[in-house]
Amino acid sequence: MSRAALLVLADGRFPAGGHAHSGGAEQAVKAGRITGAASLEDFCRGRLHTTGLVAASLAAAAALGVDAVALDEAADARTPSPALRVAARKLGRQLMRAARATWPSAELDDLARRFPKGAHQPVVLGVAARAAGLGAVDAAHCAAYESVSGPASATVRLLSLDPFEATAVLARLAPESDRVADRAVEAARRVVDGGIDELPAGSAPLLEIGAEVHAAWAVRLFAS
Amino acid sequence: MHLDHSHDGPSAVSADAHRPDGSRRALRIGLGGPVGSGKTATVAALCRALRDELSLAVVTNDIYTREDAEFLLREAVLPPERITAVETGACPHTAIRDDISANLEAVEDLEDEVGPLDLILVESGGDNLTATFSKGLVDAQIFVIDVAGGDDIPRKGGPGVTTADLLVVNKTDLAPYVGSDLARMAADAKAQRAELPVVFQSLRSEPGVRDVADWVRAQLAAWTA
Ligand SMILES: Nc1nc2c(ncn2[C@@H]2O[C@H](COP(=O)(O)OP(=O)(O)OP(=O)(O)O)[C@@H](O)[C@H]2O)c(=O)[nH]1
Ligand SMILES: [Mg+2]
Repeated sequence: MSRAALLVLADGRFPAGGHAHSGGAEQAVKAGRITGAASLEDFCRGRLHTTGLVAASLAAAAALGVDAVALDEAADARTPSPALRVAARKLGRQLMRAARATWPSAELDDLARRFPKGAHQPVVLGVAARAAGLGAVDAAHCAAYESVSGPASATVRLLSLDPFEATAVLARLAPESDRVADRAVEAARRVVDGGIDELPAGSAPLLEIGAEVHAAWAVRLFAS
Repeated sequence: MHLDHSHDGPSAVSADAHRPDGSRRALRIGLGGPVGSGKTATVAALCRALRDELSLAVVTNDIYTREDAEFLLREAVLPPERITAVETGACPHTAIRDDISANLEAVEDLEDEVGPLDLILVESGGDNLTATFSKGLVDAQIFVIDVAGGDDIPRKGGPGVTTADLLVVNKTDLAPYVGSDLARMAADAKAQRAELPVVFQSLRSEPGVRDVADWVRAQLAAWTA
């Protein structure tokens, strides 16, 4: 694996559409659940261990070469909110475009052909990692980190939160993010032998409900 | 980029001049500029001027509402299926320059769903003087400023004023009321832009958007040549 390729893929400036999404932070701010660095940390920790773990496992399994169609169905089954499914597929489509331009590969072309309107973002992330010469561990780390870095940078804009404080939140969560990535890779390896049901199914009902509420707003800064 | 890649591939990647089926895609023109300078009004006027001779569609990038798209719908300048709004996440210039994927999807979906199209106008959310469109998203860009935003804007320059393929100085009808010196604006623009064209217009009086529409026709003629 190339460590530099991992940095390219994990860079918040990688042009894959993430900047327009808050990972539920916009709704949580409005609802008063995120008011500063401490509550941002709680919010991110909850996300990391629920949807973060699921996303990391999907990404790791895709990076191991597990069938993308089966993984995409598994992602649907683990995403009750229609608004979140739409957001995940939009982001998956955008990542697919960026990854195909960055690391041209037959597998990514094939994925784009099978999912012209986008597969769930973590599934695309795993295939993109393969195309970049990266492994399941890398894909899992990317997905776990993204599950918290998106809300953190959105909160900087939403609350005018001190950017140093937001970054410190991410640093404090790093050890947990590493453990989540490890668990995700173990789960993905079990999928290879034991089938798709070995994927974790941690869920965060408030994120699902919040996403539906947010999607109905007439005025919002972020797409999700 | 990837011109060789696009014909048999599942979908285009970026600025490819051809669609996956090998046909030439629509010309894409971006309209950027400060908040309230008259981008949407110019888009609406262009649609009225060109819709009988061209197959047109519009993408809007609103910052936190769908107002621009809704204005165009209300004014019925085009059928609703030809107008798409992109959500930009608090950062309009990111969506047109640094991370153009959502806008590329919008233009490609329009071509798939209502095409074939000759021309797609992409309006940026109102932003600052440094906001420009990526060449991966549009083929040419118009920067719209107005006389009421201060007649020193052409002198200040910045990437939009200096490098846009066309600079439009809008709302000339307001110049007497805000004390803007149009001759000075023209001289400053000339100094910043050398040979690049500048149009002064008022959408409140004749001939309205005529010069900009003529410029768009010329761009299209060059694109299809
Ligand atoms: N007097 C005058 N008003 C104009 C002219 N063109 C546009 N306006 C008015 O200026 C206001 C802003 O115009 P828009 O077209 O919405 O401006 P915009 O650049 O799209 O604004 P944002 O998208 O919010 O950045 C509206 O009230 C228009 O009617 C003009 O030539 N003269
Ligand atoms: Mg507008």
